[in-house]
Amino acid sequence: MEITPTDNLVLMRTEGVTVRQGDKLVLQNINLDVRAGEILCVIGPNGAGKSTLIKTLLGLIPPTTGQLYRRANLRIGYLPQRLTLDPVLPLTVGRMMTLTITRTPAEVLTALEETGVGHLLNSPAQGLSGGEMQRVLLARALLRNPDLLMLDEPVQGVDFSGEMELYELIGAIQKRRGCGILMVSHDLHLVMGSTDRVVCLNRHICCIGTPAVVTRHPVFKRLFGERALAAYALYMHTHDHQHDLNGQIAPQKGSCVDATCLSISDS
Amino acid sequence: MFEDFFWRAILAGIGTAMAAGPLGCFIVWRRMAYFGDTMSHSALLGVALGVLMEINPVWGVMGVTTLLAIFLVFLEQRQWISGDTWLGILSHSALSLGLVVLSLMVWLRLDIMGYLFGDILAVGIEDLYWVYGGGILVLSVLGLIWRPLLALTVHEDLARAEGIPTLKIRFIFMLLIAVVIAIAMRIVGILLITSLLIIPAATARRWVHSPEAMALGAMGAGVLSVFMGLWASLTIDTPSGPSIVLAGTVLFTISHLWPNKNGVNQNH
Repeated sequence: MEITPTDNLVLMRTEGVTVRQGDKLVLQNINLDVRAGEILCVIGPNGAGKSTLIKTLLGLIPPTTGQLYRRANLRIGYLPQRLTLDPVLPLTVGRMMTLTITRTPAEVLTALEETGVGHLLNSPAQGLSGGEMQRVLLARALLRNPDLLMLDEPVQGVDFSGEMELYELIGAIQKRRGCGILMVSHDLHLVMGSTDRVVCLNRHICCIGTPAVVTRHPVFKRLFGERALAAYALYMHTHDHQHDLNGQIAPQKGSCVDATCLSISDS
Repeated sequence: MFEDFFWRAILAGIGTAMAAGPLGCFIVWRRMAYFGDTMSHSALLGVALGVLMEINPVWGVMGVTTLLAIFLVFLEQRQWISGDTWLGILSHSALSLGLVVLSLMVWLRLDIMGYLFGDILAVGIEDLYWVYGGGILVLSVLGLIWRPLLALTVHEDLARAEGIPTLKIRFIFMLLIAVVIAIAMRIVGILLITSLLIIPAATARRWVHSPEAMALGAMGAGVLSVFMGLWASLTIDTPSGPSIVLAGTVLFTISHLWPNKNGVNQNH
């Protein structure tokens, strides 16, 4: 776990990691490098072991066999798949930010502002919408100044327009901070544009590579079908906007981000 | 103006309510009401074992409830029966086993009703030492593990990923529940202990915006219930344990019917 791979750009490495839960083989022979500064996206159908992979990398689930290496003193920011707060627990957003670390209120506010939710600092955490909660959790992860962000289905429970913005935000954070991002997702069409490498997972690694390579892979087509390819193709034609300094979308002349979004959601 | 036994009852009640309040908040937050119930139902078996081994029944209660809690955590990993069903099975089996074992000890003339529903008016000086010693221990340890326990209550995996030793913290928390059960047993009885943990916490919820305020509020609501219950017990001669619980219920009801403009909205 603590052994440092010789390549310093590698943040984490798995060698032949297999995870068995009861009689079920959840992950089989996973060989994967997580590199500094890249956006690595894990996609796969339901039950493919995506969350298990992220939890294994985090050290929450011990591998049954195989080795897991992690760069020494690696700082990780983790965004769990779902966090629902019981309303009976009175917790403000600001308090939630500092559950396991000590930070000044100013630092907390800066992190919340980076994800666009600075105004929620003193709000009750259980009243947040799905999108707000994800942004708060993202800010929470950023507060640890991570080398690597691990995001498990970061847009779950977020409405469609919010999804788009959240992915843009994640991309902007990566550009600004240069941290590595490992993201698990099942809606690939929005993810792929800014992704450096895609891992197609179905209990084992089916294929791995740049989005363009993976989408041409026969296994990918079998897993996700032509519909996904069509969505991906649409995405590849939507580079019609830029980011301003805050990471917000700054549309260019003649762009129609919304129209494209709608056509994807309809497909 | 009061007899000595009444002062002892009030002091024991206050001590128990103060220890139970903050711990009860975590039981409410972690949705462990049934879990606490199951642990306390096994306390009677602990009493029987304590008597058999000729030690203070308090030790027997702490031992048996802790073992049961560990067993429950172990069982919850085996998912072919849901945790809820396991609790149901063990809760009543443990209670029945305790009653059967005690009935077999025919040489013993034990006030079983007193253990089931509490007998706060029979509290002696030694019991007071237990209540305050145990209570101070519970509150001190809870204070030490407060932050990590809160973090893992919000999200266990997240807390673990952020370096909290969740298993250890959860185990300490269960030990604290065992201690509170052991000291509250004389006050409200093992059948009603969970209510002393849960009702004051639920009463405080509407008036607070932070976990710590809720813990303090639960302490206050618990102490007030003890006063009200004992007063009813003294003036209209009702059983003390159930009177304290009902006083708590009255406070809970008032708290949730009271118009609360700047508090927490009720729609959840």
